[in-house]
Amino acid sequence: MSKLIEVKDLNIYYGDFLAVEDVTMTIEPKSVTALIGPSGCGKSTFLRSLNRMHEVIPGAYVTGDVTMDGENLYGRYVDPVSVRRRIGMVFQRPNPFPTMSIKENVLAGVKLNNRRLNKSDSEELVESSLRGANLWEEVKDRLDKPGSSLSGGQQQRLCIARTIAVKPEVVLMDEPCSALDPISTLAIEDLMTDLKDDYTIVIVTHNMQQAARVSDRTGFFNIAGTGKPGKLIEFDDTEKIFSNPSNKATEDYVSGRFG
Amino acid sequence: MSTTAQTPAQTSSKPVRRPGDRIFAGLSTASGILILTTLVGVAGFLLWQAWPAITADPSEVRGGQGLLYYIGPLVYGTLVAAVIALLIAFPLSIGIALFISHYAPRRLAQALGYIVDLLAAVPSVVFGLWGVSVIGPMMLGIQAWSVDNLAFLPFIGGPASPKSMLVTGTVLAIMILPIMTAVNREVFLQTPRLHEEASLALGATRWEMIQQAVIPFGRSGVISGAMLGLGRALGETMAVAIILSISARYTPIITSPANPGTIAADIALQFPEAPTGPPLATLVASGLVLFCVTLIVNMTARWIVSRRAEFSGAN
Amino acid sequence: MTTTQTRPARKPLPPRPLFDDDSSGIKSGRITRVQHVGIVVGSAVAAALLLTAFSVLGPFALFVTTALVYLLGVYGVARAVEGRRHATDRVVTGLVTTFFLIALAPLVSVVWTVVSRGLARFDVEFFTWSMRGVLGEGGGAYHAIMGTLIITGITTLLSVPIGIFAAIYLVEYGGRGRLARALTFFVDVMTGIPSIVAGLFAVALFTLFLGPGIRMGIIGSVALMVLMIPVVVRSTEEMLRLVPNELREASYALGVPKWLTISKVVLPTAAAGIATGVTLAIARVIGETAPLLVTVGTTTGLNINPFEGRMQTLPVFAYYSYATPGIPREAFIERMWASVLTLILIVMTLNIVARLISKFFAPKTGR
Repeated sequence: MSKLIEVKDLNIYYGDFLAVEDVTMTIEPKSVTALIGPSGCGKSTFLRSLNRMHEVIPGAYVTGDVTMDGENLYGRYVDPVSVRRRIGMVFQRPNPFPTMSIKENVLAGVKLNNRRLNKSDSEELVESSLRGANLWEEVKDRLDKPGSSLSGGQQQRLCIARTIAVKPEVVLMDEPCSALDPISTLAIEDLMTDLKDDYTIVIVTHNMQQAARVSDRTGFFNIAGTGKPGKLIEFDDTEKIFSNPSNKATEDYVSGRFG
Repeated sequence: MSTTAQTPAQTSSKPVRRPGDRIFAGLSTASGILILTTLVGVAGFLLWQAWPAITADPSEVRGGQGLLYYIGPLVYGTLVAAVIALLIAFPLSIGIALFISHYAPRRLAQALGYIVDLLAAVPSVVFGLWGVSVIGPMMLGIQAWSVDNLAFLPFIGGPASPKSMLVTGTVLAIMILPIMTAVNREVFLQTPRLHEEASLALGATRWEMIQQAVIPFGRSGVISGAMLGLGRALGETMAVAIILSISARYTPIITSPANPGTIAADIALQFPEAPTGPPLATLVASGLVLFCVTLIVNMTARWIVSRRAEFSGAN
Repeated sequence: MTTTQTRPARKPLPPRPLFDDDSSGIKSGRITRVQHVGIVVGSAVAAALLLTAFSVLGPFALFVTTALVYLLGVYGVARAVEGRRHATDRVVTGLVTTFFLIALAPLVSVVWTVVSRGLARFDVEFFTWSMRGVLGEGGGAYHAIMGTLIITGITTLLSVPIGIFAAIYLVEYGGRGRLARALTFFVDVMTGIPSIVAGLFAVALFTLFLGPGIRMGIIGSVALMVLMIPVVVRSTEEMLRLVPNELREASYALGVPKWLTISKVVLPTAAAGIATGVTLAIARVIGETAPLLVTVGTTTGLNINPFEGRMQTLPVFAYYSYATPGIPREAFIERMWASVLTLILIVMTLNIVARLISKFFAPKTGR
């Protein structure tokens, strides 16, 4: 189910403002790719352009190519709705639908695509998705309670369950642990390691230790100054980035000597 | 809900109470109590003034056949007019609010919201005078067509009139539309971006996103908007007094010139004659009934809102 | 890298046919912008032909028929080309747009009617003369304009502070206490009080103190207060509740007293919303006719003392010009439209002023 994503000469704009300039990278299937860099360097913007969530903001657009197994996501007859179904996204702050129960939250995406989901199939899917997100044991007795009744870490795992329930090929995570406590963070990190058996994962993180712990490949984004576009400085195996980066700026950043 | 931790008891347990805090708390509490007293006053004074009509001999009451005989058709007419208005305005207000909040280009949306605000400010007497000189004549054609072709429906009947219940209800709908739209638009705009993006990221189309994120979040707001609209339609006086032709008691037909009146319009039309004694009390008694009807409407709406509180979007 | 961690056996995922449109590709048929314009134009032409065939005329009928033909057409085409979900999406988009355009029609019509008919008597005499001693043509609404401004002004001055403080009580002080719950509930009830009932209440109240049959401006103001206060409370309360608790807590954490937190942090954050609410409240009461009909009455001369005698107000002036015209009737109807035009202009001016205030004092938000 996981797929290879190739980004070529990607420029990302908000109206007239060029936010990210000229990114080229290859994201391997069944791996975790981490994107690191200082605040405002465009790593989240870049992530959002991978499943066309970027263009939800009025005036935003991109130039260049993003292909998934050879298909251009920004091609002429491409439907952004199906792109987003195949490339799921987990956000910085947990965002379960507050009016839905835990079960309804998991099924939210599936119900869009399938109106006649029978009861046993949906129960099975709820269980497998929640198990996939390591949440089943904690919530199996209260599936009909509102999703907002869970703790922050549980809510975030519920969002992951909701994302994988639609069987995406790729899961994008935008600082998924930044609003969570260390124990919940650990749970999510374990989960990422499990998930990469099935999915291609791209994660944006502020936390370099986290990038070092969970990812196989790491990309470092940097920005020359306020108002300047963000750029991909270096993209390599995580081990190399953190032990022996080839770029001076990367070395400064990962060793904490930045700025 | 957000301030459960700040009850007066806890505030006063602080060692020092600043004068500023004391004045602020005092003013706030006094305002609240004043409002409650006023409401009790409204109910009390109406009852006091209506009492002569309630206890009077039926022959002394306006109309000469007792209070129920007089008020019954007016209650019926009030409900018919308000229901027609709400049926027309409810879907329209949601659609218009969604257009402004989620469909129109952003720059345009602000201007559009402003236009609706301006429409909300048009006084009811203006709508009444406009309705009787523009909408009534305009709807004569479609009503005449309905009388010719749809007469099998129980609520269609001739002769078609520009001063019918349907015309009145339509004008009332236009009148309550802005206030309902304004409320809906506000709550739709407040839908957390987080929830909208959650839905879009699952592969929802715009309409599916609205169903998943916007409507559930705004539901109690939409209900309170409809409540405001219904309250206004029930009590709307001048437009009805100007437009509606009143000459019947109970009738299901809404296209003819023979209609029951509404309570509010009846009071406005009769009161300036300055009656005294039981006839005056009769008018006040009908006002009391109108007050009770709006009370029931509001209590029902309130109950629906509180039932949704557990799933409230704000946390 | 593979994981060696052991964990509870995962149930096999259900087989793939989970989706209605089970193409695994991301491409689908799309209706282009040009094709879409074609559907719109086609619908208009079809609607025009249809109406001609049935010999119905009128721009409104043409618009509604076009919309219906378009909705059917776009659903059919999109269903075939883009699939069910996109077809539904397009229908809703069309429907919502249609609703909006329908809603614009009455606005345009009201403005056109009022302006075109009101301009005939929108002259200097209208704004400088009262109706004292005027029987037919001529005369003006100076007395009515002054009456409306005075009565509404008093109402606003009294209602806004009471309303805002009551809302502050509800959100910041009342908590879940009995008084707060009662207040929330009864403010809702008061929102639904019909204006004529408020008028009756004010009459009854002043009858108690001054005896029956009294008419004066302040009674009208009291009636309007009953209508205005709950609107102010409700809108203010909603806006205060939207102020994130984090802001209050941040302020408390800095040692700022509660009343300063409310007046310096909470209220400014909600100011724009409160201004909008107050505008709607003023707009609601300034055009009220029924309660003034029973409390203030009507008169032909100028009276600027709200504590003595009948006053004229613009909406009542307009209503009586329509309901009890004299001779020649035309003169009364022309004055009616002129007073309606004046009323609308006052309302719009108020709106613009409030809008400007809220624009310049609102904190910048993400939206």
